[in-house]
Amino acid sequence: MNWKDEWKWFAGLAGAFLVLFYLPVGIPRFDNAVLEGLYLAKSYAQEHVILCLLPAFFIAGAIGVFLSQNTVMKYLGADAKKVLAYGVASVSGTILAVCSCTILPLFAGIYRMGAGLGPAIAFLYSGPAINVLAIILTARVLGIELGIARAVGAITFSVIIGLVMHVIYRTEKDGQEGPKMVLGADDGMRPLWQNVLYFAAMIVVLVFANWGRPQEQTGFWHLVYTSKWVITALSAAGLGVMLVAWFAVPVLKVVAVGAVTAVFSLAFPHTPMVGFVVGVIGLSYLTSTQEGEMQEWFSGSWGFAKQIMPILFAGVLVAGFLLGRPGHEGIIPSVWVSSLVGGNSLFANFIASFAGAFMYFATLTEVPILQGLMGSGMGKGPALALLLAGPAVSLPNMLVIRSVIGTGKTVVYVTLVIVMATISGFLYGTVF
Amino acid sequence: MKKLQILGPGCAKCIKLTQNTEQAARKLGIEFELEKVADIKEIMKFGVMMTPALVVDGKVKLVGKVLPPAELENLIKD
Repeated sequence: MNWKDEWKWFAGLAGAFLVLFYLPVGIPRFDNAVLEGLYLAKSYAQEHVILCLLPAFFIAGAIGVFLSQNTVMKYLGADAKKVLAYGVASVSGTILAVCSCTILPLFAGIYRMGAGLGPAIAFLYSGPAINVLAIILTARVLGIELGIARAVGAITFSVIIGLVMHVIYRTEKDGQEGPKMVLGADDGMRPLWQNVLYFAAMIVVLVFANWGRPQEQTGFWHLVYTSKWVITALSAAGLGVMLVAWFAVPVLKVVAVGAVTAVFSLAFPHTPMVGFVVGVIGLSYLTSTQEGEMQEWFSGSWGFAKQIMPILFAGVLVAGFLLGRPGHEGIIPSVWVSSLVGGNSLFANFIASFAGAFMYFATLTEVPILQGLMGSGMGKGPALALLLAGPAVSLPNMLVIRSVIGTGKTVVYVTLVIVMATISGFLYGTVF
Repeated sequence: MKKLQILGPGCAKCIKLTQNTEQAARKLGIEFELEKVADIKEIMKFGVMMTPALVVDGKVKLVGKVLPPAELENLIKD
């Protein structure tokens, strides 16, 4: 027996045994919480995966492949105009930060070799909050209002926090002692208008496929609602034309995929998900069997799916177990939640920001957790506060940030994040 | 003896690039040494901010994306 190697096994087995031995099954509160976890996971699978997450993965993949990150980085370089740099830094997370693991190197790069502390901080703060997947899922699950508030709040406050940091440390010479930025080569970027149309087609599909039923039975919004599948189908067909015209996908293949999709959509008019899934499978077939950028697009999208789906589902199960579906209770009593972060007091907003700043949220899991918290009585203001402070900082990434900009600046940054998130949550909660 | 370095904090793409690079170098049949650089400060020293990146004998050859082994062979060769 070699205990040095075997102890892990032993500890694991003993731990599993103890958990099972004392498993509180049969206690109503626990049984109910397990069920809540499963219910929540089921509702995500039914409502959010096919129409929302699948197209979102394709959009995220396309951003990584077709948009030129280098163009953006030029505005964040050492010679960039300062005013412009703040603006670009605050919104570029949408393009640059599709994967959470890219944020920290970019941040360090902008600080050391690029536009300096202020823009770097602005990028660091807004990046995780405004990446496409986060915005789409927030708007879909928590409501369009909170989705927009999250994006606008993140962009506005990133500029403010960046400027404040710049003013506080204005006497220090900004980074720039390091080597020159090395940017990748841009090979064969297509004209802007083509990119705009191509992304617009995908976004129209995403938005209209998820268009909710309005309350009124007549009027413009109702008309939009009743024709949403027509608009989605036209837009998807447009995407097909672009694939042939600009991306050299064979006409026959695209027509075949379009025809099969149309047949399934017409055969199951009351379950549009069937047609949608066939369309997604068709697009996967078209992209994955091509060479070059089409295949890169597919493997980028698939990479996101692989990276995010397992974490998200685990997060949904845990959130359901702890907090229950909206209107139901999980293992944590709702009273605790509503007494801490209910209503819209400054205290509630502060607690939400503070907890959010130190908690680690794996990519996108902040959404189901927040859904659970709001269902248990968390106010809208504190919810926004947590959304703003949560993904921007966490204990693990604070350590990396510290190694780049030092302890003092990190403390100031985290404090600013908590203060700003508290204020914006408070304002939002007062207005809405 | 070529020195190949993969820069990246350890995300899925960095792992993929490492595998592809190793495959490409094997195919070329050259002597090589493969090193993973995960520390952000070390990565910055190369001037790279978009990971993953490939460095051959101290020179940055690829930034911010993964290439298939066949295309990596050319980058490693010259």
